[in-house]
Amino acid sequence: MAAETAVGIAAPRARLALLLLLAPALVWLVGLIVLPHLELAVLSLRARVAPRVYELSLGQYRTFIDEPLYWHTFVRTAGISILATVCTLLIAFPAAWYIAKLARGRARSVLFVLCLIPFWVSETVRTLGWMILLRESGVLPRVLVDLGITPAPIEMLYHDATILAGLVYTSLLFMVVPLVSALESLDDSLIEAAYDLGGTGWSILRQIVVPHAAPGIAAGSIVVFMLTLGNYLTPTLLGGKNSLWFTEQIYTQFITRFNWEQGAAFGFLLLVLSTAIVWLGLKLTGQHFGDVMRRS
Amino acid sequence: MQQDLEVERVTKRYGIQTAVDALSLSVAHGSFFSILGPSGCGKTTLLRIVAGFLVPDDGDVWIGGRSMRGVAPNRRPVNMVFQHLALFPMMTVGENVGYGLARRGAARAEIAGRVDAMLKRVGLPGAQDKRVDQLSGGQRQRVAIARSLVLEPALLLLDEPLGALDLKLREHMKIELKQLQADFGTTFVYITHDQSEALVLSDHVAVMNAGRFEQVGTPQELYYQPRTPFVAGFVGANNRVAGRAVRIDGDGVELATADGLAVRARMSGTIAAGDAVEAFVRPEVVHLAREAAELPSLAQRFSGRVESLLFDGANSAVLVREERTHAEIRIALPQTGRFADLEVREKVAFGFEPQRAVCFRAGSHGS
Amino acid sequence: MIPSLPRSKLSRHAIGGYVVAFFVFLFVPLVVVAVFAFNDANYPAPPWRGFTLDWFLGGGSGRTGLFADGPLVNSVGTSVIVAAWVTMLSVFVGTANAFLLERARFRGKAALSLLMLAPLVIPGVILGISILAFASRLAQFVDDIWGLELDILRPGLPLVVAGQFSYVVSIATLTIAARLKRFDATLEEAAFNLGASRAAVLWTVTLPYLRPALVGAAAISFLMSFENFNTTLMLVGSDPPLTIMMYGRMREGASPVLNAVSLFLMVASALIALVLLRRPTRGAGG
Repeated sequence: MAAETAVGIAAPRARLALLLLLAPALVWLVGLIVLPHLELAVLSLRARVAPRVYELSLGQYRTFIDEPLYWHTFVRTAGISILATVCTLLIAFPAAWYIAKLARGRARSVLFVLCLIPFWVSETVRTLGWMILLRESGVLPRVLVDLGITPAPIEMLYHDATILAGLVYTSLLFMVVPLVSALESLDDSLIEAAYDLGGTGWSILRQIVVPHAAPGIAAGSIVVFMLTLGNYLTPTLLGGKNSLWFTEQIYTQFITRFNWEQGAAFGFLLLVLSTAIVWLGLKLTGQHFGDVMRRS
Repeated sequence: MQQDLEVERVTKRYGIQTAVDALSLSVAHGSFFSILGPSGCGKTTLLRIVAGFLVPDDGDVWIGGRSMRGVAPNRRPVNMVFQHLALFPMMTVGENVGYGLARRGAARAEIAGRVDAMLKRVGLPGAQDKRVDQLSGGQRQRVAIARSLVLEPALLLLDEPLGALDLKLREHMKIELKQLQADFGTTFVYITHDQSEALVLSDHVAVMNAGRFEQVGTPQELYYQPRTPFVAGFVGANNRVAGRAVRIDGDGVELATADGLAVRARMSGTIAAGDAVEAFVRPEVVHLAREAAELPSLAQRFSGRVESLLFDGANSAVLVREERTHAEIRIALPQTGRFADLEVREKVAFGFEPQRAVCFRAGSHGS
Repeated sequence: MIPSLPRSKLSRHAIGGYVVAFFVFLFVPLVVVAVFAFNDANYPAPPWRGFTLDWFLGGGSGRTGLFADGPLVNSVGTSVIVAAWVTMLSVFVGTANAFLLERARFRGKAALSLLMLAPLVIPGVILGISILAFASRLAQFVDDIWGLELDILRPGLPLVVAGQFSYVVSIATLTIAARLKRFDATLEEAAFNLGASRAAVLWTVTLPYLRPALVGAAAISFLMSFENFNTTLMLVGSDPPLTIMMYGRMREGASPVLNAVSLFLMVASALIALVLLRRPTRGAGG
């Protein structure tokens, strides 16, 4: 019946309206998403044999395999991203639990908003804060000296652990929000019932809470992983020259060395990795992409 | 008399299903007309065709003597009160009531004046600045009606507007609706699945089933002279007895059920001996007595045992099982208090006058 | 686990302590940035050397404060212009998309709606390089065919706007479509029934209902654009927006001016957040 509630508009007018609505979407999706990615694919698969003469080649991808630095960086980026996602989940979960289940009334909404506030501020600003805190002349090394824990200020920037901490910090919001909404929808009486039937804290968590929150956990983890993998600012600023982050390689090839073909190939590899892990995450948890995106 | 609404052989199909089947009807100026039917009978489709939200496959609708073919809903002289009222939540009460006037391009002062007067008439003086969500269910109802009536439509359509209200408020709003209609004199076309609403409110009721009208008439006609088994079963409570006609005697029929219960009733339509028939006996028509001798002389008599007591104040009834055939029958309890001490399993006698029960050939339909 | 079940004192204190630590972790970097914007030293590091407003107001004499720092102020202006464009485009296209997803029926709609979400899973850096490469191809094409030099297709603000828009509009679409989905279509019928034209229905009923979502989508779009780094980095030309400018300065070395501009950003974001958080309570229809 829905189609007919369109109040008897004549077919040609309905068609025109549909076209008018479709036009911006198509311009956006074709012009800014589909064609550019096709261009990227084409770029990554060609090699320059003479000025303005190109031929089909897998050379870029071969370079990636042959050069240990490149694939090493690639694997390292993926590994740290997974690690960062797990850490973010573990750190965010208790906080989300507190907000969703333990805090009451006004306190709950205040805490929730407090979680959001840092993320209204640019990542650049937050990273600046970490640099002031962690660099050798910064706040934390000074505090450690003052407390007599270290004899002299130590450099806390430019370590892998620093990169990890920075990535976790940047990602927390994207984990807390879906977790809170997933946990809020869990009826307290289910927990009470499980307790009443003899469940212990651990078994309730494993058998009631986690299955219920699984969609939220999946949504949060997928988003965090994607953002971490594609991050540029945090690894380069907190990791300095040692960061070895894959987006940095893409930037170097594309902007610094102007080797677009190689940069495009790297970009494609990152895209494939990101898509593959998102897909895997969805498969493992039995989720649908659309639902997950809408939830986060 | 002038007809405000005439529907002429209107048909609407959805795929193979016919929602409205060559239906005709006419509604006199100033009357309260109800279309009563179970959900899915096509009454909402019919109403939406009149409002212009649906285009009929066949037939035509005339409002105030004008054909509505090709007339968009926003240009029809009808307004509608929607099932869930559809008050605009982002506007105040005053803006809601003045919405149609503003769309007609009326001057601001004129709108304010007419909104004010209309709110007074529906008993909500000075409610202009309230938000819709500050109103009670009954008040929202009145705003929805005011919003339509301020446009002085030839016809007001109401799509089960009382459906969402709780029972007490619904009873109250029934009376209020009837008074509003009498007060404004606007023609109301009201659809509902609640037979009590239709009977209480209407001058005329059309009982609708499977896309067709079974019977159109005054509430009294529908109740006392149902012309089809569907109407007899749908309008008011009724006991249904199905069986075969064994004897025809003038306008009387004697039928026998499969269990052997013999019942006499007034014939409706044509019935021949041997036809499958169904008879209907209203609970209040059946007399109840503790001894058969107490029953009036004309009644056919039965005896049975009380199966259960259905106490519901003035609507109290008992379910009695006939002794021989175990047929179950519902009997209204007289309000004299004579049966206040009736008990389950108690033996009773009951009976009714054949003229007050009605018998149809099984499965017969209206025109 | 939940307040209605018995919990040991230890577990209550443990989770309480954890939550405090969690919020300290969240806020410490911001507090540090804010505090060192007022430190009377040439370098944003301890020890505290006294309070000064030099990093906001200073000019000329050695210390250049935020408001005297031409390039920095310009980059804020650039960010605002870019964000304004991205916001306008995203809300407009997002609204059209929402109607397309919720109202229209056409073949391939499921695929289209999935494609609309795709930009959210494409890393920003890749969005940036793909648009850069495609724009360059277009520019080459236009040059070859018509001999035209189109600056708009070279790295610069138009490309930055396009790049940010390409994924911000996905978020705007989701926000607006979610509210449109909850819209009761009989409200539109009621308006028609009361004599409104199609345009009037849209203008007086549907858009007012969408208003909270439109405002929300606009605010989110503005912030997303203002804060964007990854996509912008790949597409930026000669006039960098603030995030790029700050990144460049941070790599060169630290200066409290960056703290000053950061504090300025925090205050601005907080104001936007306040406006946004106050609104929903008055939103009609929930």
